[in-house]
Amino acid sequence: MTSFDVQRVRADFPILQRTLAGGEPLVYLDAGATSQRPQPVIDAEVAFLTRSNAAVKRGAHQLAEEATDAYEGARARMGEFLGAPRPEEIVFTRNATEALNLVARSLGDGDASTPDHLRVREGDEILVTEMEHHANLVPWQELARRTGARLRWIPLTDDFTLDLTDLGSLLTERTRVLALAHQSNVLGTVNPIGTLVEAARAVGALTVLDACQSAPHMPLDVRELGADFVALSGHKMLGPTGIGVLWGRYEHLAAMPPFLTGGSMIEVVHMDRTTYAEPPARFEAGTPMISQAIGLAAAADYLSALGMEAVAEHGGALTDRALRGLRELPGVRIIGPAPGPDRTGAVSFAVEGRHPHDIGQVLDSRGIAVRVGHHCAWPLHRRYGIPGTTRATFSVHTTAEEVDALVDSVSYALDYFGRFA
Amino acid sequence: MSSGLDVLYTDIIFEHDKRPQNAGLREPFHAEVHHVNPTCGDEITLRLRRQPGGAVEDISYEALGCAMSRASASMMSELLIGRSLAEAEEITVAFEAAMSSRGRDAGDPEVLGDAVALLGAAKFPGRVKCVLMAWKAYRAALVEADALDGSAG
Repeated sequence: MTSFDVQRVRADFPILQRTLAGGEPLVYLDAGATSQRPQPVIDAEVAFLTRSNAAVKRGAHQLAEEATDAYEGARARMGEFLGAPRPEEIVFTRNATEALNLVARSLGDGDASTPDHLRVREGDEILVTEMEHHANLVPWQELARRTGARLRWIPLTDDFTLDLTDLGSLLTERTRVLALAHQSNVLGTVNPIGTLVEAARAVGALTVLDACQSAPHMPLDVRELGADFVALSGHKMLGPTGIGVLWGRYEHLAAMPPFLTGGSMIEVVHMDRTTYAEPPARFEAGTPMISQAIGLAAAADYLSALGMEAVAEHGGALTDRALRGLRELPGVRIIGPAPGPDRTGAVSFAVEGRHPHDIGQVLDSRGIAVRVGHHCAWPLHRRYGIPGTTRATFSVHTTAEEVDALVDSVSYALDYFGRFA
Repeated sequence: MSSGLDVLYTDIIFEHDKRPQNAGLREPFHAEVHHVNPTCGDEITLRLRRQPGGAVEDISYEALGCAMSRASASMMSELLIGRSLAEAEEITVAFEAAMSSRGRDAGDPEVLGDAVALLGAAKFPGRVKCVLMAWKAYRAALVEADALDGSAG
């Protein structure tokens, strides 16, 4: 099924050794919420903390130099992982939410010295999609509110893809920003980024990609994607919490006003004025998340060693298996496209007459961890007329047997609740 | 393996989930509140009619949510309608305390009636908020009704 040995991968994840309250093994199908961490990621943080822990970019001692090298080394490794032309294009943030807020805030904060294409003002438009995670929707709503720009969105089709029918009237010379998910965290839909980036560029709009769900599952190359900004999350790609990445084209970052201000992001400070450092320091105010960045780089190395093509193939096979199993169950409606190349990662479903929280509870009783609810994509669920879904998401350690256990347990849940019908 | 589940999902829970009592919004009412559970998207609209210093005359609602939250709204309305406000307060306090006890307080069936069945959820911290949503809505409706009285008077 895959070109890598999933049992060997599993041996790298200590948490998979544990059992749950009833003695059952853990079937962790919630990697889309947060992924588990392999031993090399844990070891990288421990090694840093037990050998080299110090503040970075200051201090005249050996540990400070080691810490700075480790932190900047992590930046360089993340740059390689994403195919970034320069490591200075990698900004470490607290999470992907902060990365997206950074862009949205900065684009509204420009002045006469800021190039027009990096400023959102009254009369401009911001285009998002109806499938966005709240993290890639609410910051744009706020930008619109602050600036008087208009927020518009690409709707969804009944087939769980973006409805591009009216793209010509949605994406116009008034559009300053197109912000969208690379892959939906609910539907699993992989959006046609190439087409959309090209359409945005044709009207002079910036493209901001939320790559949280795609980064752990498929090869990513920012040059190939062609977007202007890409945000991703450490803890969804086998890395630590408290760390995210914003990749941005250097020429943009170099012309944008800062987001958070304070120490580490300055050039010269007077009592009444300050000039700012070049990127990425300009966008990394305060002491950064040092051990987390180092852990994240170890996660990127771990994924690279597995090979992102192999990881994608593994995930695709699991997704197909889950969809084929679940769609046979009576009353189960898959909220996402049919199996195919533009479909991966997340398998969400609704059960006729049964709330996802109840389904998730039954799965939990059998050791299967899934997420239930609206998955921070409330408008998407409203679009499909459902309050929430049950969502299984897979990782590099997920086996075909675990997918079968999911299908069996959903079937069991239908029987369990069926007895009350 | 399902013994944990059976603590939660008892027959009486499903009775109320399938045939919720007092569901459907009714007139007249003194206050209407809308509560959501932002983590799972559950919603309840609840209407309250009560006599100040007197009794809970009516509770009606529309609830969207899991079996636990729907059963909770149903049981709560059944339990509180017709009670004096003081009795309703006593029941509500007892129920909230038992729900927050992580299962240590089994609840007094004399006071809580069918609603003791909801206390199975007290051992599942993720489900406590599902069960308490209707009760929080009731409390909010009381405050709202008093405020409306104040502004009218």
